[in-house]
Amino acid sequence: MLKIRNIEAGYGSIKVLRKVSLHVNPGEIVTIIGANGAGKTTLLRTISGLLRPWSGEIKFNGEDITRTPTERIVRLGCALVPEGRQVFSTMTVRENLMLGATVRFGKDRREDIERDIEWIYDLFPRLAERETQLAGTLSGGEQQMLAIGRALMAKPELLLLDEPSMGLAPTIVKEIFNYIVRLREELGLTVLLVEQNARSALKVSDRAYVIETGRIMLEGRSEDLMQNRDVQRAYLGRDLDREFV
Amino acid sequence: MRKGYLQIGILCLVLVLIDLVSASFGKTYYLTQLTMSLYYSLVVLGLVLLMGYAGQISLGHAGFFAIGGYTTAVLSTYNLMKYKDAAVVKMFSKAGLLNLREDLYGAEILSFHPWVGIVLSLAIAAAVAYIIGIPVLKLKGHYLAMATLGFGIIVYRIVLGTPLFGEADGVSDVPPFNILPGLSISGEMDERRINYYIASFFVVVMVYILINLINSRVGRALKAIHGAEDAAESAGVDTANYKLKVFILSAIVAALAGAFLTHFNGGIGPSEASVMKSVRYVAIVAAGGMASVWGGLTMAMLLNFLSLRGYFGSYDDAVFGAVLIVIMLFAPEGILRINPLKILRMSIKKS
Repeated sequence: MLKIRNIEAGYGSIKVLRKVSLHVNPGEIVTIIGANGAGKTTLLRTISGLLRPWSGEIKFNGEDITRTPTERIVRLGCALVPEGRQVFSTMTVRENLMLGATVRFGKDRREDIERDIEWIYDLFPRLAERETQLAGTLSGGEQQMLAIGRALMAKPELLLLDEPSMGLAPTIVKEIFNYIVRLREELGLTVLLVEQNARSALKVSDRAYVIETGRIMLEGRSEDLMQNRDVQRAYLGRDLDREFV
Repeated sequence: MRKGYLQIGILCLVLVLIDLVSASFGKTYYLTQLTMSLYYSLVVLGLVLLMGYAGQISLGHAGFFAIGGYTTAVLSTYNLMKYKDAAVVKMFSKAGLLNLREDLYGAEILSFHPWVGIVLSLAIAAAVAYIIGIPVLKLKGHYLAMATLGFGIIVYRIVLGTPLFGEADGVSDVPPFNILPGLSISGEMDERRINYYIASFFVVVMVYILINLINSRVGRALKAIHGAEDAAESAGVDTANYKLKVFILSAIVAALAGAFLTHFNGGIGPSEASVMKSVRYVAIVAAGGMASVWGGLTMAMLLNFLSLRGYFGSYDDAVFGAVLIVIMLFAPEGILRINPLKILRMSIKKS
């Protein structure tokens, strides 16, 4: 569904991504784990068109989207839930959801969009309770649900999630990850997830990539990576060498 | 939407009341400055949309005002008499684009009809906004402010240095603009009242358009761009396109105000293009609370009226500079949103 080949990207003269290649198959949940500053967010920004890559190629459903503007990419069915949620804080929950449907106006009927808002409310009942509240007054977990709901309103096939666990309490993180699994089961949604919280992310995903200073260092099934010594030491907080001394 | 209509009703009522009150106190001459303030309010309302809602600052809107004013001023005063036998001029004349009148001394003046001037004003302003908007709106924050400031300075120096635009003297003897038979924008004393209502009409229409725009999908998209541009883009909002359209719209409105005010005043001078005028518009938008149509309108009417009546004396520009500083420090939400009770409570708590 998504194929990335030899992407290089950065800001100004600083190169962040160095020849990154990866792919996501339909229906998969793929996670990218890595430390702060490894290039995870840059990678998602590049895929979603917010950042122009210097070189390389990105294909979505066979179509080259390397230099396609973000709004077109959303139209094609690839929506981003940005880092730090970035809900529109001065607007109500409902208005935020309406904005997520921007690309559908003129294409879908209004009733369909209204119905999808109701569907989002079914999925996240806490958003329904807060329908007319300003998004800025929601808790972190609710804002994350809203950000996901907003992205879903564009009816994407592929959802890009940038650190959904950021700044959330462990129980809320669990709840959010459960939602991600549910979305795949109920909608057949494909998910590309970027996370620092490696343990939770590996638990819900099928495959994973490890990114370090802009390079993909490892790739494999999530279960396998969980057993990998280097991964355990670097990202899961276990030092096997020490444990067996 | 209902609420919007009610507010517009109140606005109409207030505008009529202002007229009646000034008439009953025998101060109808206030209406001249009020009319001018109304035209300036149009610029401010355009900026409320651009700055307050879309979050894009412009320190160059006096430039668009001047483009509108100067275009119609030059076209309606430039005497084509000496070219009257030229084929092009004859063609214009046949098409009904020209206007023959006599000046104070009985000399014949053949110039373009103000309608042509107005239409061209708006077209040129839109074209200029389009051309500079595409590259400039890629910038953000201070950089956008500086780039638009640069544009304002260029327009100012051009009108100041070009003989066609009258250099430091500006363009005078601009004829009235006959909108309809018996209805014209002019500074004639006996048409003062009707001109106040013409200007009021344009402001009410502008407010109506703004309120509808703000409460629509477009308004939501603009607020989203203001709040979090990346998020807006990833929600599928074509941010570049929206920013450009709003920039052009506000430029057209500024040019319209400039063109009408020029016909009302019978002339335009380079000070209308000056950077201080742009700063003034920004100060007024800030004083009104940025994203507030009513705040912006109230402040535009009040401050411009006081300024035009000369209450600020030679410290005119200084006052607007001070307004900007004071607002930013003490009332970033605008003057109308100051809550005296809250301030009182805070000061009691402190002591």
